[in-house]
Amino acid sequence: MAFIQNVPFFSIILSMVSGIVSSVLKRNAARRVTLALATAVLILNSMLTVFIFRTGESYTYMMGHFPAPWGNEIRAGLLESVMACCFALIMLLSLLGGLHKVDLQINEHKQNLYFIMADLMLASLLALVYTNDSFTAYVFIEINTIAACALIMSRQNGHCLVAATKYMIMNLLASGLLLMALTFLYGLTGHLLMSNIRESVQALHESGQYNTALTVVVVLITVSLCIKSALFPFHEWLPDAYGYSTPASAAMLSSLISKSYLFLLIKIYYRVFGLEVVRMSGITNILFLFGALGMILGSVSAIRERDIRRMVAFSSVAQIGYIYMALGLGTKEGTAAAIFHMIVHAAAKSMLFLSSSGLIDVSGDIKQFRPLRGSGYRNIPAGVAFTVGALSMVGVPLMGGFLSKMYVASSALSIGGMKAVIVLAGLGISTILNTVYFLHTVISIYRPNKDAVPACEKPDTLSGIALWAMAAFNVLLGTFSVPLYNAIRTGLDMFA
Amino acid sequence: MERNDASLLKSKFAAFLESASVLDDAMEKDLERGSDEKAQMREKAAYEAREMLLRRRHENAVRDEQMLYSRIHRWSRSRGAVYINSLYRILAVLLCSAIIVCLMLTVLDMPPLGDALAPVNNEVSQRYIEKGMEETGAVNIVAGMILDYRAFDTLGESTVLFIAACGVLMLLRIDRDQNGRPTEELIAAEADDRHYEPKNDVILQRSAAVLTPIILLFGIYIILNGHLSPGGGFSGGAIIGAGLILYLNAFGFKKTEAFINFRLFTAVTFSALMFYALAKTYSFYTGANHLHSIISTGTPGNILSAGLILPLNIAVGMVVACTMYAFYALFRKGGM
Repeated sequence: MAFIQNVPFFSIILSMVSGIVSSVLKRNAARRVTLALATAVLILNSMLTVFIFRTGESYTYMMGHFPAPWGNEIRAGLLESVMACCFALIMLLSLLGGLHKVDLQINEHKQNLYFIMADLMLASLLALVYTNDSFTAYVFIEINTIAACALIMSRQNGHCLVAATKYMIMNLLASGLLLMALTFLYGLTGHLLMSNIRESVQALHESGQYNTALTVVVVLITVSLCIKSALFPFHEWLPDAYGYSTPASAAMLSSLISKSYLFLLIKIYYRVFGLEVVRMSGITNILFLFGALGMILGSVSAIRERDIRRMVAFSSVAQIGYIYMALGLGTKEGTAAAIFHMIVHAAAKSMLFLSSSGLIDVSGDIKQFRPLRGSGYRNIPAGVAFTVGALSMVGVPLMGGFLSKMYVASSALSIGGMKAVIVLAGLGISTILNTVYFLHTVISIYRPNKDAVPACEKPDTLSGIALWAMAAFNVLLGTFSVPLYNAIRTGLDMFA
Repeated sequence: MERNDASLLKSKFAAFLESASVLDDAMEKDLERGSDEKAQMREKAAYEAREMLLRRRHENAVRDEQMLYSRIHRWSRSRGAVYINSLYRILAVLLCSAIIVCLMLTVLDMPPLGDALAPVNNEVSQRYIEKGMEETGAVNIVAGMILDYRAFDTLGESTVLFIAACGVLMLLRIDRDQNGRPTEELIAAEADDRHYEPKNDVILQRSAAVLTPIILLFGIYIILNGHLSPGGGFSGGAIIGAGLILYLNAFGFKKTEAFINFRLFTAVTFSALMFYALAKTYSFYTGANHLHSIISTGTPGNILSAGLILPLNIAVGMVVACTMYAFYALFRKGGM
C-alpha cells in the first residue's frame, strides 16, 4: 500500500484535530490554523488525484484493524479526490475573501469558535466525500448540520438568529428522515457498509421481496437530502440563511455544504442502490420535475428580489434545481453533467456572495440596487468578480455555466422523448430569466452614479486578491474544462 | 359597505381641506390687523377659535386613522383568511396521516423482529457475538463494537458533542470586556439567575450533600467498568454531568466555580478529544497499513484489558460530563 493512499484518512483526521486544537487558541492563531489546514488538504488531495489518475483505479482503506463488513471503511476514487480538491480550494478562497468581514461582524472573543466550525465543517465534508459506510455518513451529516447552523448564527443579529432557527428545524427534520431510512435499510439488508448493502439490495430487487420497504427507503433518503440541499419546495430556509449571514459563511454554505449533500445523494444512488433500482422506483422523474420547476421559480423569485444578496441566494435555488434536473435524467451522462455543474456553481456562487458583499461595502452598506450604481468602479476586484460570476451563471460561452448547460442538453438529447423537450425549453427560459436579473445587476453596478457616494473605507486588499483568484479559477473552469469533465466521467465509472 | 367607507373618507378629506383654508385665512387676517385693545381681545377670541379648530382637526384625524385601521383589520379577519387557514390545517393533517400510513405499511413489510432468518442475523453480527471478546478483549460486546470495530463513528459522535457545545458557547456565552471587568449584560444575567433560581433550600442541600458523591462514584464506576459490564463513556458521563448539575442547583455557582470553571472545561474537553483522536490515528494507521500495533487486548475480564477501550471510555466520559454541565450553565446564566 502506497503511503499516499493514507491521504483521505489524514485529511479527515487533520481537520478534526485542527478543530479541537482551535478550542484553546486565540482568534488569530485559530485563523492561521484553518487557512493552513485548507491549504494542506488541497495539496494532499491534489497529490492523491494525480496518484489515482496514474493507477486508474479506486481503492478502499480500512479504518482500524478489522476488514470491511465489521469495521469502518473509506473509499477513494478519482471523483472523490477531485471533489475534495475543489471543496478545499473553494473553502480556502471563501475564507480569505471573507476574513475581513468575519473580523468586523463577529464578536472577537467568539472568532476562534467560528474557525472551529470551519475546521469541523471541512472534516465532515471530506468524510461525506470519502466514506463508504452509511452510518458514518449519518454521523458526519450531524456535524455538518451543527457547523452550518453555527456559521449562520455567528453574526448575532436578529435576521441571522431567525435564519439559523429555520435552518435548524428543516435540517433536523431531514436528519430524522435519513436516520429512519438508514435503520430501515439496515433491517432489510443487515449491513451498514455501502458495497455490502448494494449486494443485498440487488438480491432483494431481483427476488421482488420487500419491494414497498425498499421504495420507501429510496424516497426517504432522497427527500431528506433534498431538504438539506434546498431543492425547490424545501428551499424556505435558504434565502435568509444565505442572504444575512456573514459573507464567508454564505459562500461556504452555498458552495460546500449543500453540494456535499448532493454528492452524498449521488453516491447513495450509485453505490447503495444502483441506478437501476433508483430508476425503477420512479424517484428520478420526481426529481426531474421539481428540479425543472425550481429552476424557473427560483429565477422568478430572484427577479422580484430588491436586495442583491437575497437575489444571489434565490439564484442558488434555481441552480440547485438545475443540478437535480440533470440528476433526474437518470443516466450516467446526466449525473456527470450534474457533478460538473455542482463544481461550476460552487466556484461561481461563492464568488458572487463575496463580491456582492464587497460591492455593498462601498455603497454605504445598503443592499438595494440604486445605491449600488457605480460600485463596480469603486471596488474593482468585486465588480470584475461579480461580472465573471454573473456571466458564468447566465451561461455565456467560454464560461463554466455555458459548458454545463451544454452537457445537460446533450445528455438530455441522447435519451430523447418528453424529458429532452422539457430540458431544452427549461434551459431556454431559465437562461432568459438569468439574463434579466444578473445582467440588470451588472449594468447597474457599472452605471455612473449621479447621487453623492457615501464615505466608506478602502476595500480590503486580501479579499481583493481572493476575488481575483476566484475569478481566475472560474475562467479556468470555463476554458480548460475538458480534463475536469473527463476526470468526472472516469471517476463515475470507478464510483460504484 | 366598502363603497360607503370610501365615500365617507373622501368627504372627511374635503372637510379637512376646508378647515385648513379657514385656518390660513385667519392667519392672513392676523397679519393685516393693528394692535389696539379691541383688536387684542379679538385676537384672543380668534386664537381660541383657532385652537378649537386645531383640536377638532386632530380628533378627526385620529378617528379617520382608526377607521382606516379597522378596515385593514377587517380584511385580515375576513372569512377568506379563515378559510385558507383551516384549509392549510386540514391539508397538513391529511399529509401527516398519509405519511404515517406509508411508514406503518413499511414497518409491516419489514422482516419480523427477532426472526432467526431476518437479514440482520448475518455474518456481521455473528462475528461480533462469537469473536468480539477474543478480538477486542472487551467482555461487553457493545463497548467492543462502538470503540473498536466501529471506533471512527464514535470519534464522530464525540465530535458532535464537542461541536454542539461550541455552538452553544457561540450563541450564549457572555464575555467580560477587554479589561476583564464584567459587562452590564453579564451583571444582568447573574442578577436574573439569582432572582429565579432556588436559594439555600435546606432539603435540596442536605439531599444533594448525600447524593452527589454517590452519583459521581456510580458514574465513575460505569465508565471504568464499561468494557466489562453494560455502560461506558456516554452513559457514565451523562450520570456524572447530572450529579454536577444537582450540586450546582443546591449550592449555587459560587461553590461549583471553585472546582469547575471555563478553563477546566476547555482543558478537559481539549485533552480528552486530543487523546481520542491521536490514539485512534495510531490505531487506524497501523490497521490500514497492516503494521504491528503495540496495543494488546490483555486478558478479557481484567480491569486493565481490552486495549484502548478503557482509556477511550474515560475520554468520552469526560467529554460528555463536561458538555452536559456546560449546557446547563450556559443556558442558565451564559457562563460557567
